[in-house]
Amino acid sequence: MVRACAPFIWRKFLPVPPSRAAARDAAPVVFPQAARAGLANAQLRANLNAATTTIREKRAQVVAEVGDWEELRDAAAAIKDSALHRLDTVLLELEATVTKARGIVHWARDAAEANRIVVDLVRATGADEVVKVKSLATDEIRLNEALEAGGIRPIETDLAELIVQLAGERASHLLVPAIHKNRTEIRDLLRVALDRPDLTDEPTELTAAARLHLRAAFLRARVAISGANFAVAETGTICVVESEGNGRMCTTLPETLITVMGIEKVVPEWRDLGVFLQLLPRSATGERMNPYTSLWAGVRAGDGPSAFHLVLLDNGRTRALADDVGRPALRCIRCSACVNVCPVYRRVGGHAYHTVYAGPIGAILQPQLSGESGQAGSLPFASSLCGACADVCPVKIDIPRILVRERARAVAAERQGLEGATLRRLGRILSDRRRYERAQRLTRVLQRPALRDGHLRWFPGPLGGWGESRDLPGVPAQTFREWWEARERGA
Amino acid sequence: MIGRAALFVTCLADTLYPSVGIATVTVLERLGVSVSFPREQTCCGQMHFNSGYVDEARQLGQRFVDVFAGEPVVVTPSASCAAHVRHQYAELLGDDARGVPESVVELSQFVSGLGAVAIGARFRGTVTYHPTCHSLRVLRVGDSPLRLLREVEGLGLVELPDADECCGFGGTFAVKNAAVSSAMLADKLDAIESTGADVVCACDSSCLMHIGGGLRRRGSRVRAVHLAEILAGAS
Ligand code: SF4
Repeated sequence: MVRACAPFIWRKFLPVPPSRAAARDAAPVVFPQAARAGLANAQLRANLNAATTTIREKRAQVVAEVGDWEELRDAAAAIKDSALHRLDTVLLELEATVTKARGIVHWARDAAEANRIVVDLVRATGADEVVKVKSLATDEIRLNEALEAGGIRPIETDLAELIVQLAGERASHLLVPAIHKNRTEIRDLLRVALDRPDLTDEPTELTAAARLHLRAAFLRARVAISGANFAVAETGTICVVESEGNGRMCTTLPETLITVMGIEKVVPEWRDLGVFLQLLPRSATGERMNPYTSLWAGVRAGDGPSAFHLVLLDNGRTRALADDVGRPALRCIRCSACVNVCPVYRRVGGHAYHTVYAGPIGAILQPQLSGESGQAGSLPFASSLCGACADVCPVKIDIPRILVRERARAVAAERQGLEGATLRRLGRILSDRRRYERAQRLTRVLQRPALRDGHLRWFPGPLGGWGESRDLPGVPAQTFREWWEARERGA
Repeated sequence: MIGRAALFVTCLADTLYPSVGIATVTVLERLGVSVSFPREQTCCGQMHFNSGYVDEARQLGQRFVDVFAGEPVVVTPSASCAAHVRHQYAELLGDDARGVPESVVELSQFVSGLGAVAIGARFRGTVTYHPTCHSLRVLRVGDSPLRLLREVEGLGLVELPDADECCGFGGTFAVKNAAVSSAMLADKLDAIESTGADVVCACDSSCLMHIGGGLRRRGSRVRAVHLAEILAGAS
């Protein structure tokens, strides 16, 4: 039955309508405007709040169980830093060990090159569809669009990723791409997409329907594409961490397996996994151990795929590597703990960021990978710098620090209109005590017509946003320094 | 016992919340500390730095260092300004920071550091405490403010739900991303009002300006009051 309805699904829902996706990216949307859409969507906010609150609480619980959590974080940061500092040699070692295990290594400078390599590899097998393990790297390079353009149908097999694909949407969370959807919305989607009008919103029923659908795809598939959570240079081992087991199906059933991996995912030694496999599941899903950890090195006769390709992707990573303030962002293991605690993300959702990597990590990674600030430079400013992200990050990335540096870059590149003029003016006033005191006195006079009961409710120009929800007291009859002087005189 | 301290009142308290500065002086003097106020002081440059205006931030930082160089202790009623000076100046100014960052101490940490002191404060009413992000996660003042509040005679302390959630201020974030900031504020105000407290208290005039401004716009009966004002027994 699943097989029979498949053509219908593909005609109706796949490929992801490119026109819609392209239109979304064409117009430069700045974060504050995109955020308003997210904020206005009460359903989205409720879904997000429920989901992130659950994950956050689970995470806090299982992290508290680990006595040496801080030491693990230090170790993880140190391992990643050491790999990044000698990335050239570590990657060559990885190439050698993978090759020795009869895997084939490809180097891709950018998204276009990586896509070309993958499309050619799939074409060479003669397959016209591929099953995919959830992978952010392939989202980053828009591999699905490239495959479709090449006449190859990508099938996402991670349940949430599949939902997003069937809906023709983009992921809104690193780990839970369909976090913006609740059960009812998913039921409605699957009823149509899988031609199952009988479905209720029982989670077990929904997953069973998706499983039926995916099993057929697994059995058909000749080529699978995955990302990698880690790659061990010492042994040539690729590591994929997942919850559903669908990734395991992809990495074992098809004849050909292609892994696309950002070059920063490499760790030097096998034993390094001992650190990361403790940190990742606890940070990501609040589990002590994730249900499926797949590890493989090259190919082995009679066991799993008979051809293995590893595509090593740069796509801006070496540029990020050259930047000593931003470099720690390359330690990221995409656990999404920072996303789940981010007060901004939790209110606006991932789509407002218009990046593959949403949330705080996206706000620093996107400008770094692309070499320019995301969304016309507005992303680094999409944070109150509350620091909750840095506190939970398992590899200790000081996200606020990098955000502030990205802001400085944005300001250096562009004068920031009226806001820039205001802040520069303010800087001049504050750098001279007499000027500052004069400004205090002047404001006291100028504010008079606008004061209501000692407060202001409306604000001019770039300060206008304050008045949306807040009053502000006016400058009082006596500033502190005036009080102090009066007291000194009296004394 | 520390005999004397210079006060860095912050540009915000100086200009908009003089009562916070006055209360800080009262608390310090009550503890036997002789307070000086270097008049040349203006602003530590935190807002410029956090907004990406590095040149201005460096200039203001340099000024701050010139004004306070040689002062053994500089007390400030702002956790975020103290955090900025202590954690950013070394990188921003290099050797020009001249040991000033280490001398700057946030008020609650300064008072707690004096040991078990009777502050002699009295306050009538219930208070809930909002740990501001920079006091919590950058300066890491821990529970010093709470311990001080517990010593205040007559004060009923009530716990704030989701206390460590940001109030949505974030300097220019509040105007650049006003809608998100307002949504964060609304949740914070709901939490504050749910406690039934008369007063919400914090260690930063900037966050209190945000929270207080929101409470006032809502017509709430809850007041936003700086820790210094409670310790001064001024209310
Ligand atoms: S930045 Fe840190 S917390 Fe955020 S996804 Fe990456 S590793 Fe996880």
